[in-house]
Amino acid sequence: MPRLLPPGTKMPVRQEPATASVTAAVASAVDRHKDRPGALLPILHDVQQALGHVPEDAVPEIAQALNLSRAEVHGVVTFYHDFRSTPPGRVVIKVCRAESCQAVGGDALVAHIKQRLGVDFHGTTADGHFSLEPVYCLGNCALSPALVIGGEIHGRVTPERLDALLQAARGSA
Amino acid sequence: MTTIPINTRQDIDYGTPLPASTETVTLRVDGVEVTVPKGSSVMRAAATAGVMVPKLCATDSLKSFGSCRLCLVEIDGRKGYPASCTTPAEAGMQVRTQSKKLGDLRRGVMELYISDHPLDCLTCSANGDCELQDMAGAVGLREVRYGYEGENHLDATKDASNPYFEFDPAKCIVCQRCVRACEEVQGTFALTVDGRGFASKISPGQMEAFMESECVSCGACVQACPTATLIEKTVVDAGTPDYDVVTTCAYCGVGCSFKAEMKGREVVRMTPYKDGMANHGHSCVKGRFAWGYATHKDRITTPMIRKKISDPWTPVSWDEAITYAASEFKRLQSQYGRGSVGAISSSRCTNEETYLMQKLVRAAFGNNNIDTCARVCHSPTGFGLKTTLGESAGTQNFDSVQHADVIVVIGANPTDGHPVFASAMKRRIREGAKLIVIDPRRTDIVRSPHVEASYHLQLRPGTNVAVLNALAHVIVTEGLSDDAFALARCEPASYAQWKDFVSRPENSPEALEAETWVPASVVRGAARLYATGGNAAIYYGLGVTEHSQGSTAVLGIANLAMATGNLGRPGVGVNPLRGQNNVQGSCDMGSFPHELPGYRHVLDDSVRALFEGRWKVSLEKEPGLRIPNMFDAALDGSFKGLYLEGEDIAQSDPDTTHVTAALEAMECIVVQDLFLNETAKFAHVFLPGSSFLEKNGTFTNAERRISRVRKVMEPLAGKEDWEVTVALATALGYPMHYNHPSEIMDEIASLTPTFTGVSYARIEELGSIQWPCNDRAPDGTPVMHEHEFVRGKGKFVPTQYVPTTEKVNRKYPLILTTGRILSQYNVGAQTRRTANVEWHDEDRLEIHPHDAEERGIHDGDQVTVSSRAGETSLRAHITDRVQPGIVYTTFHHPESGANVITTENSDWATNCPEYKVTAVQVTPALKGSEWQERFQSFTSEQLGLLERAVGVRSPKP
Repeated sequence: MPRLLPPGTKMPVRQEPATASVTAAVASAVDRHKDRPGALLPILHDVQQALGHVPEDAVPEIAQALNLSRAEVHGVVTFYHDFRSTPPGRVVIKVCRAESCQAVGGDALVAHIKQRLGVDFHGTTADGHFSLEPVYCLGNCALSPALVIGGEIHGRVTPERLDALLQAARGSA
Repeated sequence: MTTIPINTRQDIDYGTPLPASTETVTLRVDGVEVTVPKGSSVMRAAATAGVMVPKLCATDSLKSFGSCRLCLVEIDGRKGYPASCTTPAEAGMQVRTQSKKLGDLRRGVMELYISDHPLDCLTCSANGDCELQDMAGAVGLREVRYGYEGENHLDATKDASNPYFEFDPAKCIVCQRCVRACEEVQGTFALTVDGRGFASKISPGQMEAFMESECVSCGACVQACPTATLIEKTVVDAGTPDYDVVTTCAYCGVGCSFKAEMKGREVVRMTPYKDGMANHGHSCVKGRFAWGYATHKDRITTPMIRKKISDPWTPVSWDEAITYAASEFKRLQSQYGRGSVGAISSSRCTNEETYLMQKLVRAAFGNNNIDTCARVCHSPTGFGLKTTLGESAGTQNFDSVQHADVIVVIGANPTDGHPVFASAMKRRIREGAKLIVIDPRRTDIVRSPHVEASYHLQLRPGTNVAVLNALAHVIVTEGLSDDAFALARCEPASYAQWKDFVSRPENSPEALEAETWVPASVVRGAARLYATGGNAAIYYGLGVTEHSQGSTAVLGIANLAMATGNLGRPGVGVNPLRGQNNVQGSCDMGSFPHELPGYRHVLDDSVRALFEGRWKVSLEKEPGLRIPNMFDAALDGSFKGLYLEGEDIAQSDPDTTHVTAALEAMECIVVQDLFLNETAKFAHVFLPGSSFLEKNGTFTNAERRISRVRKVMEPLAGKEDWEVTVALATALGYPMHYNHPSEIMDEIASLTPTFTGVSYARIEELGSIQWPCNDRAPDGTPVMHEHEFVRGKGKFVPTQYVPTTEKVNRKYPLILTTGRILSQYNVGAQTRRTANVEWHDEDRLEIHPHDAEERGIHDGDQVTVSSRAGETSLRAHITDRVQPGIVYTTFHHPESGANVITTENSDWATNCPEYKVTAVQVTPALKGSEWQERFQSFTSEQLGLLERAVGVRSPKP
């Protein structure tokens, strides 16, 4: 992704002002957490909660507020798969990829979901409806294979049940 | 004939840093017994024993990290294979660094690294200078079974945005040495790792190009990179260097030690020298990369003369130029008197050169008309510290800051002006030291990642003395002073008098709030922290000295340190951050009109007798002219000839119009410089100078450290600068005989009590020497005034605040203050001739949004700045770094004309100009100022006259 820039290239000033909604989300998250040790993670969680993702232009504002570099905040955002830099679909599906679920047909379920949605992990469907994410253990091993659709957990998911769940989610969202 | 000292020293990388502990532990590594300081890693102990454990992510400038898993060892009685970099050495340990099993493990690790690395060693720019290559050899890697299919990073795009180095992520092993160097060594935190696991990538900023990121191009990442991932473009072009020579940077007063890495007689790169005591292997964008000016096409390499400044230059031989200059000076002296000529030396010159300049003036001109550019920067430091403490120098070494608990930065912008020391300071602040900043601008040290001042006293320019008095008032009236120290070490009467003075109600922070703009509560908080926060050290710069009360402020700073007992041990002190590489040295060498070398007054008969005996000449008793007096005398018609070495007064001195009028009034101006600088456009004789790469000598940095400057290439014009001064003195009828600058230093040492132990042989032995170096301190003096002050008892001086006469009014309602920027250096003669212009290609006027809005000024607009001295125009940069009512600019580009606006006001004691306070008005501009138009036409006329001379010298085919 680093662009090949020949020497002598004039650099644009990068830090374009963030949009008002981003600024507001960052400001309120910072207000809530700035005085606690290790404030960065709770702030990122709150921003993601408010905006659905942590946009690139939120990073300079968070960095400025916590007196960190932009690079440091970027490093943390990209380290955790749970933080996303782009808006998710309206419904996020998180499929467990851990041992127990894999042992009882998780792989086939994943193949089925990918085929149904036409996206890979970390992808969002073209209509912006669903985003697909892998997770490692939902703590629901007794009811494997498990997944979360729109914040709700479902166990013993078969391809047929999944289709029904997708149908329902499409209707509700 | 000169010989190059070829550096045969082996640079050992011990893998992890040397711990500070004085306790030791003894262990055995591969059967070899070794004793190391407690806290050393097993890796470091092994290296100390001469056993190099394979490693990739470890280097001794960085804390151990333990990620590459190549440095595994076996330790008797321990399970498994601990990483030697993260395992502390313990007494009695038996360590094995080689075994069949360790060999297998290391080959396995290497195999994985190489499976995602291009196998293009033969055509790689780091071929022969690559730790990955070395380690593959060291562990005996013979086959790579993985990586032929599946994912890899071999197609990653190269980032060539930085003008000096390139970043090729395809070659990266993600050891994170660059990320850690940016954090731990430089303290900028511009790099991180994007993603995790196999997807990990080094990311400048938010996955940006280096030039878009927060990178300041200090080179620490390039220095730390074990592969060709981050590498100097000059090495890509020229190949790896053959040998190196240790020398000293010619930029700021930090005086970093560098290795000039050479191929034949050409510099391939400059790398910071690990054993350099000022910089410990760190560097900044100027010293590390901006040395290309030395071979820039604008260098003038032939002496030239002309009768009038409207004549074209005539290239002549050295003999002819020197003879002409000497005959002119003699003519002027016979016509207008002995005092009608003089010289100005520069802090850019070596000690030996400045010594010879003042010797020429005193012995050959027969007067004391010698001054140096410290007149316009740190002359108040000399006066203030000599008066109070007894020596005109900073009290500490740079390493002292690592023992400071409270750091006070006054009128200095270390991250821009003294970047390598700023990195050391920031490291200490990250470790917990508290910071107080007294500065009208919100400089980067006030707040930048992981550094934040506890107090920022954002004062109105010109009120330093009031703020210092207010701080003293709080310390004394709240009973926070260290009376035991002050009474034991200082003159009790002066202490009592000073306490009375500062306790007066008019010196309280509340009384001065309206004058200084600093809230009283902030002053009180800062004063309490300074007095009671443990070891407190003051670092100050030109923001203190370049005022009408510059000397008073230096006195005030020394008073504060004496009253709180913050002198005479590591971690405390009063430290001027010297602007240029050799400000300290040029002052030490007797470059002032009233002082012989070692700060001894010319009126002192015994001192004069000493020099008269050695120099075999009788010396003038009356002090000579200071720089501003020279200009006034020139305009009066009594001062007619000037010899300048390495100093560009037409750009750097205040009130440019006044300076150039004085230059035009003189009959013989001899300029010795690398380039046809602004002053040379008014000159009659041009003597080509030699850059720091082309000569031998010494520089003395801000911590009094005398370091060698070593010649790595022949002077382009055939003469080192000291040889030119010798030739001129000889032509003036005062022959000088030296075969090498070491003989000049021997003469200095024989005449100067603080230098008696200094010689090139001793410097060679010790690496560098901090004066005083004599029988009492044979190895030099890192911290001064330990048991008593140089003057005996410290002297407190009351510091009455007197506002400057430069006041805002309806016509000039804003205060202009001036400063520096990281990528450019002083008048910019060098840095403007390097790729550093990519960071700063013009001077801008910083203005607060309110002031801009009131005037209808938008960011980037051309504006006129006018003062009672003159008018210029430049583009505006709208920022809240400055307060409303204050504007700020730099003077790195001559056409900006910053000094056209600054006035002739100066320090009451030393005539140091008041660069920091000028009342101005700022208005939107339609075109350049009248001065700029004149400047442009004069410049093009003078370049035309040069062109014709160059044409004569080398006719175009």
